[in-house]
Amino acid sequence: MSPTASLKTPLYKKHLAAGAKMTDFHGWTLPLQYTSMMEECKAVRKSVGLFDISHMGKVEVKGKNAFRLLQHLTTNDLSRLSEGQAQYTALVDDRGGIIDDLVVYQISRFRFFLCLNAANTEKDISWIAEFALQYPDVEVRNLTRQYGLISVQGPNSEVIIKGLGGARAAGIEYFHFMITNLAEKNVILSRTGYTGEDGFEIYCDWRDTDIVWDALMTKGKHWSIKPCGLGARDLLRLEMGYMLHGVDMDTSVTPFEAGLAWIVKLDKEGGLVAQEALTQKKTEGAARKIAGFEMNERGGLPRHGYSILADGRIVGEVTSGGMSPCTGKTVGLGYVLAEHSKPGTPIQIDIRGKAVEATVVRRPFLPSKTKKAKPAAAVSDNSGEAAAKEE
Amino acid sequence: MEFPKDLKYSKEHEWVRVEDGDTAIIGITDFAQDELGDIVFVEAPKVGRDLKAGESFGVAESVKTVSDLYSPVAGQVIEVNPELEGSPELVNESPFDKGWIIKLKMEDPKELENLLSAQDYRNLAQKG
Repeated sequence: MSPTASLKTPLYKKHLAAGAKMTDFHGWTLPLQYTSMMEECKAVRKSVGLFDISHMGKVEVKGKNAFRLLQHLTTNDLSRLSEGQAQYTALVDDRGGIIDDLVVYQISRFRFFLCLNAANTEKDISWIAEFALQYPDVEVRNLTRQYGLISVQGPNSEVIIKGLGGARAAGIEYFHFMITNLAEKNVILSRTGYTGEDGFEIYCDWRDTDIVWDALMTKGKHWSIKPCGLGARDLLRLEMGYMLHGVDMDTSVTPFEAGLAWIVKLDKEGGLVAQEALTQKKTEGAARKIAGFEMNERGGLPRHGYSILADGRIVGEVTSGGMSPCTGKTVGLGYVLAEHSKPGTPIQIDIRGKAVEATVVRRPFLPSKTKKAKPAAAVSDNSGEAAAKEE
Repeated sequence: MEFPKDLKYSKEHEWVRVEDGDTAIIGITDFAQDELGDIVFVEAPKVGRDLKAGESFGVAESVKTVSDLYSPVAGQVIEVNPELEGSPELVNESPFDKGWIIKLKMEDPKELENLLSAQDYRNLAQKG
């Protein structure tokens, strides 16, 4: 638990009034669950769910050299992005360790918007600001507490967005966004999410967040929209095999080990902050790799830090685990020695001293239903991303 | 939140229902299941195992956390709820009935006097 006074999102009072169970998340007081994590997950898969993720870090980088700065610090190739597009990428340190994973929004060639993990925001900003000194005309601003952020996820999210006046925006492609009006408020509407379902993330003025939330709840009633907590958010991302920074990756792993080779572009102009380190790691090949696995017998949940065994020998460590509400299967993620990372490989998880049988499987654990980007050259990043996430 | 009056309670949030004088049916309370959240696994002991009062006999695992289960009284395990292996959610749905966990043949039914009444347990639980 955070020793400092806790931070509250603009929806804090609404969560309490709705009877949510609250929890501390890196200094923020957020809903863990409203009714049941399982029910909340199922609502998102079947119809639609609503998440308050206003705690996410929001940073604006603008100026003549904003592009050059971000191109140097992030692993993906920013030159493939155009206005109105978003890109999944990573910040790495000079050894190639993952400082954070993030989404970069290109508002214009001179203005970018970053969505960062709450736990890393301060650290990310200092890292970026340190390099910004070498680039004239770049401004880095922390807008975390100026924008609320609501995520609407599930197959019925599009119809709700349309119903709130976002008809034009409801047509945007996956990993694209638009600055538009929704429920008569000015928002950034982005077709992104962390659930593997079609959905939108809505950035709005901090003071408008409760109005947008209420409008979504009211419009969503017909589709039995459910407010969801962090518990459901974590299970939904796990079902997709998506990683969580600080849990499944940190500065001790490179993007190659974390299965993120698809967002590392070493051939871009100007080079990457970790150009040398990552080029060498790429040549060497990763000795350990992240793998998804499925439990074959009952014996409890694989949890962060549990050992992964093969023939009685420790060959890795679990980073995330849980029971998929949709399939009832118990699944997890963990790092294993590369020779044990192929789908089909039998492994065991040491659950409180018992070796419980599991098998390495392909991710996602459930098929992804995000809206697919058009297979045009301009959006090749996104289709590459969708494909890579489904590997 | 329910606190049935006919049961005895432990500070560790287990309940005991007495049957036939010396059989103790043991489960976790409504308060405990609510705190744990969705339960996905219950590890129960083997039939025949002797338990001391206060001894850990298994775990209830929820999405959120793993919690040890403690026997409120001493005795021998005579039955384990067979439904929980396939449906651990019964502990959430029906903590005092279908979600019972083990039955013990009590060593000394007098030990029940050391446990809390419904009112005392309610006070403890609600104090947080």
